[in-house]
Amino acid sequence: MASTVEMEQPEKVWGGGNKPFAISYGKIMMWFFIISDALSFSGFLTAYGFMRYANELSWPVAEDVFTHFPFLTGDHPLLYVALMTFILIMSSVTMVLAVHHGHQNNKNKVILWMALTVVGGLIFLGSQAWEWSHFISGDKGAVEINLPSTVSARAANGEMKDIRLGKNVIMHIVTSDGEKLSLSQVVDGELGHESNHGLEFSSAEVISAFKHNGELELMMPGKEKLVVPHAAAANLLDSKALAVQGANMVHNEYGKKQFANFFFFITGFHGFHVFSGVVLNFIVFYNVFLGTYEKRKSYEMVEKVGLYWHFVDLVWVFVFTFFYLV
Amino acid sequence: MANNSTSTLWKTFFLLLGLTVVEVALGIIKPSALMGAPLGSSWLNILFILLTLVKAYYIVSTFMHLGGEKKGFRLAVYLPALILIPYLTFILLVEGGYTYDEAPSIY
Repeated sequence: MASTVEMEQPEKVWGGGNKPFAISYGKIMMWFFIISDALSFSGFLTAYGFMRYANELSWPVAEDVFTHFPFLTGDHPLLYVALMTFILIMSSVTMVLAVHHGHQNNKNKVILWMALTVVGGLIFLGSQAWEWSHFISGDKGAVEINLPSTVSARAANGEMKDIRLGKNVIMHIVTSDGEKLSLSQVVDGELGHESNHGLEFSSAEVISAFKHNGELELMMPGKEKLVVPHAAAANLLDSKALAVQGANMVHNEYGKKQFANFFFFITGFHGFHVFSGVVLNFIVFYNVFLGTYEKRKSYEMVEKVGLYWHFVDLVWVFVFTFFYLV
Repeated sequence: MANNSTSTLWKTFFLLLGLTVVEVALGIIKPSALMGAPLGSSWLNILFILLTLVKAYYIVSTFMHLGGEKKGFRLAVYLPALILIPYLTFILLVEGGYTYDEAPSIY
């Protein structure tokens, strides 16, 4: 048995029989899990960065994609994700308050703050479900061109620029003033709705309506907002062109399909972490309620799920920046 | 003592909230002064990334109490992330840039 004097000597710290880090096994392992999970997430986010750099011209601008807010009409870029960020940071605070009261063995306060943390997590998951469903059902729709060729497109300053098109090129239908039209407005003209409202339009009717209206042009998604004038655009809309509504793993009305793939994968993986966190938090909440940790005289389990929950918040801070802001 | 430490938590919360509000406001306004791109990325994007790192620091050190752990443990947590993540980011972004340069105008 080492005496206390020996334990304080540096050469004895790693000699065994004591805890060099002065932290419990469970917490160390939770930290090491968090590091490996952080590396997984950074793998995904840097892969997103690679794709974005490799498709710099055509990568969708997040503010043009995530523009909706429940019960409000019009464009509100960033507001909804900002609200989600707020909810998650808030639930991080309620979590850390639960940990704080756990240190003081204050059972009722731990129950209260754990319950609020679970509620915060559920609200976040609900918000994410709303955002996914909105992303999947889509907004105004677009056309997908499958005619590899070179086309002359107009930049914002009026200069013409030659662009080489590959396959699966998404373009949005705009008026000559640059106003984006929904497929419904293209097909039904004045009678059309601003969003497609679950209506379905066949590729043939959209293409024919486009060709009959000389006012219409095609705008490419991406930061340069290049516009293909009507005559050239009508030539691109051959029999292989498609009308696209919404986003899935194969077609994405907002632009490059890889954008949708990464959106589903990264926010989905994060959402799965939030879901697991809510389940773990609920189990711990229930145990606090039963008095399990009261009997154990230690609320360390609250600290461990707390570490995981804060990590989920931490990842969201990065997803928020790299998916929505930058 | 107890009051003191909860007030630190709330201060951190308001700091994180404030930084998020600043980010969103900048993201909506997009001040033209910050839109120059000196290092391949605009000042605004660089600012966003810096603010994100500040937020990450406060979450890890205050909410996760890593600031209170022993130095050896802090290093064991920080170093793998601080070495590997910037390294991976550097490689993939440079490679992505070259991939774009190979076919600059393919849409």
